[in-house]
Amino acid sequence: MSKEPNAAATKRSFAIRNPFVLTKRTEGMPAYKTWGVRLIALILAIIVCGLITLLITGLNPFDVYATMIRGNFGTARKAWVVLKDMAILLCVSLAVTPAFKMRFWNIGGEGQILVGALATAACMILLGDKIPTGLLIPIMFIAALAAGAIWGIIPAIFKAYWKTNETLFTLMMNYVALQLVSFFIIVWEVPKGAGQIGIINQSTLAGWLPWIGGQQYLLNVIVVAVLTALVYVYLKYTKHGYEISVVGESERTAKYVGIKVPKVLIRTMALSGALCALAGFLKVAGTDHTLTTTITEGYGFTAVMVSWMANFNPIAMIFSTFIIVFLDKGAGEISSMFYLNQSFSEILTGIILFFIIGSEFFIRYKVSLRRHETKEV
Amino acid sequence: MEELRNETQQQSLSDVAVALRGITKIFGKTVANHKVSLDIKRGEVLAVLGENGSGKTTLMNALAGIYFPDEGQIFINGEEVTISSPRVAFSYGIGMIHQHFKLVDVLTAVENIILGLNEPGRMNLKKVAARVKEICDAYGFVLDPTKKVYDMSVSEKQTLEIVKVLYRGAEILILDEPTAVLTPQETDKLFAVLRNMRRDGKSIVIITHKLHEVMEISDRVAVLRKGEYIGEIETSKTNPQELTNMMVGRPVTLNIDRPEPENPTLRIEVKNLSVVSEDGVQKLNDVSFKAYGGEILGIAGISGSGQKELLEAIAGLQKTSGGEILFINDDGSSENLIGRNPVAIAQKGVTLSFVPEDRLGMGLVGNMDISDNMMLRSYRNGSGPFTDRKSPYSLAERVVGELEVMTPSIETPVRRLSGGNVQKVLVGREISLSPKVLLTAYAVRGLDINSSYTIYDLLNRQKKLGVAVIYVGEDLDVLLELCDKILVLCAGHVSGVVDGRTITKEEVGLLMTQHGKEEAANE
Repeated sequence: MSKEPNAAATKRSFAIRNPFVLTKRTEGMPAYKTWGVRLIALILAIIVCGLITLLITGLNPFDVYATMIRGNFGTARKAWVVLKDMAILLCVSLAVTPAFKMRFWNIGGEGQILVGALATAACMILLGDKIPTGLLIPIMFIAALAAGAIWGIIPAIFKAYWKTNETLFTLMMNYVALQLVSFFIIVWEVPKGAGQIGIINQSTLAGWLPWIGGQQYLLNVIVVAVLTALVYVYLKYTKHGYEISVVGESERTAKYVGIKVPKVLIRTMALSGALCALAGFLKVAGTDHTLTTTITEGYGFTAVMVSWMANFNPIAMIFSTFIIVFLDKGAGEISSMFYLNQSFSEILTGIILFFIIGSEFFIRYKVSLRRHETKEV
Repeated sequence: MEELRNETQQQSLSDVAVALRGITKIFGKTVANHKVSLDIKRGEVLAVLGENGSGKTTLMNALAGIYFPDEGQIFINGEEVTISSPRVAFSYGIGMIHQHFKLVDVLTAVENIILGLNEPGRMNLKKVAARVKEICDAYGFVLDPTKKVYDMSVSEKQTLEIVKVLYRGAEILILDEPTAVLTPQETDKLFAVLRNMRRDGKSIVIITHKLHEVMEISDRVAVLRKGEYIGEIETSKTNPQELTNMMVGRPVTLNIDRPEPENPTLRIEVKNLSVVSEDGVQKLNDVSFKAYGGEILGIAGISGSGQKELLEAIAGLQKTSGGEILFINDDGSSENLIGRNPVAIAQKGVTLSFVPEDRLGMGLVGNMDISDNMMLRSYRNGSGPFTDRKSPYSLAERVVGELEVMTPSIETPVRRLSGGNVQKVLVGREISLSPKVLLTAYAVRGLDINSSYTIYDLLNRQKKLGVAVIYVGEDLDVLLELCDKILVLCAGHVSGVVDGRTITKEEVGLLMTQHGKEEAANE
């Protein structure tokens, strides 16, 4: 055993380099503790952000935070914008969740939103003057959901029967959808040569979703709130939801109990695509009343993060959606209020997300100090 | 051989390679090891014996750097050490061969061996291959250094794992259930190389619960029970009965019950069944037999002789290329099962319960709890879109109670249970369907004595209820003690159906290797 001195050295340096012991928490943490950890992470994030703000800009961090809060809730109008954005982002996050639970990495949310928006806009433009709004809205709704479902089904079919990689496939479908939208924007552009559609049916309001209680965005919020409950129940209490979990956990087990895996893949992706398209429908018919190539605001990708942060739990997704939207709005507000570069607010968003996502590490792993220090030396 | 064993024992008395003192490891509320102290001597084979969940593997993982003990000390050659990672364990010459191999499928044997080694200088695969060959020659391994892992049999992979740790200079080898996946012949080969390594002065620890192997290979036995160190004993001074009693903590009889079948009725008739696999290999060739309710039909054969395909064909999971599988109803009418999926078979009132070979990979969902796993069979019940969660939960409670499943709760994910308990959950669920035919494949693979006997008992109870039990087994001793009839498969052919009460082990062994002699003669 000539290796021994060498080995001792290795071990000592190891102990110095790495004084922590990581163990995976097999038992799981009680819920109150996990939320405690997340709260501590948030407080730490706010402290660090405050220090950075002070050091870099010399501004009073409390002013900055107050501005962030004012940016979100300063006026009723601002609060409604927060709710509006939350509704759309939450809708897309809910949409990708069934696919993710099935371990089907649907990053085609962008494309599925776009085709939903395209179908909605098409109905509004082509049928706007021909049929009453009471009939038009259901047609728009169905067209949008069907378009999204088709956009979801295509990669699912290829995955189910030819084992293609769904991540690449759904990603590429985004670009196809984007080009389609660009094409139709030129077809329908008003006026010719403007390169944009402008507000659709501005005079007739045909196909515009109704205001409820004098609020433009309330309908969207209600629709998405109901959807949250439905997706939660669907995943947790229905046979379909159970099949999704089994397929996601082990395809072999699914086959063994007679679950038709291709059927579940296709059905779930139809749902996922349709719900993404619902977000496109709400955006075009409810808030924007136009069609642009940037209508998704990157929500198809942001939703991936929202869904993961919430651990695929639809109720928890309300909170993760709120965090993302709050940071986004707050960051925008401070950059305009204090004449700061947009990048600065992105730094703050980054720090806060780092702490929030990082806290999950402490929930999954136990970190303890190495107790057995070497007695030799 | 006997002389050699005595020699090495005398040497080893003064030659403690590893000493564990007061090792305690706690997972949450479970105490996996409680103040365990143990010596491993140079040039000996130490068997660490214990039931499932007795903490054998946890203890050895602490030595191999996988877990860090909460309390206790480890001495190597008399010097206290801190083993914080497998790499540190390697630096002390400790190598562990896990139950689940840790190899990269697309790499060759040699590439796997040097993986993660970071040897200085240029990578020279030829030099490594030469060194590997030296090791193989020294101990009698057979290993092709350029073979890819995905082309290897289980036994070759295990050989590779052992050579890998030897290449890294391991002096202390820990093998976790090394024979669980091997045929009797492969086991003999493994034991031969272990003896060679012992002669070379290496310390070998085998974690096991197979008593005849303990008797055959080990010099000393250390027994653990429920995380506690029970005692150690020299192998030559003990016997299987005593070891079992130490392990279980109470006297256990080692005989398997075999009640006489009560009016057996024809339940399954397989006629000229053939199966060709997707890559064109003939897996089953013209297989015909009858299985009766109230009987246990054993299926013997070298692994890969078509056992899996046969069971999966009956369960509706395997495409067949010819023949019939008839299910005989209580009224004597018969239906062909071929071409129906498992759900359709169940809806026909035909109940087949299938315990597949790979328990966690196929029969259960590891991340789901016991109750949700019960639901795998029943979630379609009821007409609405919602699942009924109450009855699977009460079924889970019943299975846990009746089969004495050791689990913290019904909500515990099954992957956290030990092998025997996982098997109890699976068999319990399948039996709860009150089947007419119960198909089991390697139902006791990897289980300890106590759990195995529970499973035999369960099968016998099903037999008494008039169920046709088909038992694919690998341990011939068990097949001969448990089964009423034994069907022997050889390379996809039936080489004989024999009476389990009168046939000898040698005769079955012969049938396992001489396929189709009789049929050939008949033609």
